[in-house]
Amino acid sequence: MIEDLVEGVLAGRRRAIARTISLVENDGPEAQGTLAALHPHTGRAHIVGVTGPPGSGKSTLVNALALHFRKAKTSLLLPESDVADTPPRIGIIAVDPTSPFSGGAILGDRIRMRDLAGDRGIFIRSMASRGNLGGLAWATADAVKVLDAAGFDLVIVETVGAGQAEVDIARTAHTTVVVEVPGLGDDVQAIKAGILEIADVFAVNKADLEGADHAVMALRMMLDLDKDGAQRTMHHGRLMEVVARTGRGADATSGSPERSLAPPGAGQASAVTGWHPPIHKTVATRREGIVELADAILAHREYLQQSGRLVWRERERAAAELETIIQHESLRRVLARIDGAQLRELVERVVQREVDPYTASQQLLTSLGLQGRKGQTPAPE
Amino acid sequence: MTERTIRVLVAKPGLDGHDRGAKVIARALRDAGMEVVYTGIRQTPEMIAEAALQEDVDVVGMSILSGAHMALFPKIMELLGEYGMDDVLVVAGGIIPDEDVPTLNALGIQGIFGPGTPTDRIVEFIREHAR
Repeated sequence: MIEDLVEGVLAGRRRAIARTISLVENDGPEAQGTLAALHPHTGRAHIVGVTGPPGSGKSTLVNALALHFRKAKTSLLLPESDVADTPPRIGIIAVDPTSPFSGGAILGDRIRMRDLAGDRGIFIRSMASRGNLGGLAWATADAVKVLDAAGFDLVIVETVGAGQAEVDIARTAHTTVVVEVPGLGDDVQAIKAGILEIADVFAVNKADLEGADHAVMALRMMLDLDKDGAQRTMHHGRLMEVVARTGRGADATSGSPERSLAPPGAGQASAVTGWHPPIHKTVATRREGIVELADAILAHREYLQQSGRLVWRERERAAAELETIIQHESLRRVLARIDGAQLRELVERVVQREVDPYTASQQLLTSLGLQGRKGQTPAPE
Repeated sequence: MTERTIRVLVAKPGLDGHDRGAKVIARALRDAGMEVVYTGIRQTPEMIAEAALQEDVDVVGMSILSGAHMALFPKIMELLGEYGMDDVLVVAGGIIPDEDVPTLNALGIQGIFGPGTPTDRIVEFIREHAR
């Protein structure tokens, strides 16, 4: 069955692509083997993330961008390609939130993408976030790989309507487009940490509404605070490291995957040729500003290639991915080894204030033979 | 997450633009823990079959009020078959006269729910019959 699916995906057969995405989404027993077989065939697609608050017009923008790219020459998208007149094939993954109560979801992004129906060069897949909090589903990155292996030149990932901290997309996409709309907040919103920091390109959508110029100005001011592009690009690297570090929970001084894998001097190299995130006004429903936005995405891809940062980012992505999988897998293994009765007893003791949760987990992990952090006081009995 | 999540496409074929019912059903299925892909009104048979294929849904639910079901449903079933999606559960709701039901059943549309059907019954039917 794996062989058939893999063969189907590599041949670009839509039924096989769809089934394989379901397989990785449900994390079935064959999922890992299938992804392993597809892995050598990935790494060709350019991955664009589109994120922003709910109702900012992400789906409509994706619809307009996809329509535009389908009309554009492939050579723009793939400089190495010799088939200049074939439009690029586009895969779209649109993520919507899962209800925390029922586990169900309404996936409505296709409503805004009806213009794309009937185009065999486009494949749209809706995904529920299934409890993941970073703006994507746990399986989104793997679904991107399936589309990549299936030969899609461009994969657009639309996140859950994101507020301020849903920044996972920056670890999945090569180019992150942050969509803002007029009237969302004052200038302080624009200097807060989070989603605005991950933008490679800004779109101020619904630019026909009052306050569009103000929104552009607030973003420009925020970017000017960074002054030179060097800071800006460094920023990206740092952000990803911060995200990885908070999730690590191991000895901070020991060798970390992203540190050993990131090419030395990548930061300095980027300081020479910086990228200034451009800001584009769009009215997605009327397809205004789309050409400029699309050009900015292509320019960013060009920049990543020319500056060598594409390689660097790929490495960061791989490091982050590896780390996430290790986290997931080790958690699963540890939980499987914990004795239920012992756990229940500890919970009870925590509730009774006999022991604090940190000490309790130390005891539990030590009993499994897992050493704690250096400098950590051993759990008192 | 040991139980697999049921994915449902809720589609409105044809030209009537009244989708209150479809939205009520979508909401009920969501509350029953299913993932519902809702594609909006005025869908052609091609759009519905293509969405079902790409989304790899377990169930296709169609709501129609315009009376064009005898023209549209056979086409949709034909396309689903063509795409190798014969194992998908197809259900329908809206205004469908009783005399059409046997024909639609013969096409492979297994559940037909008229106005006033409690949503629980639809949820139950889907849970029982989805692949």
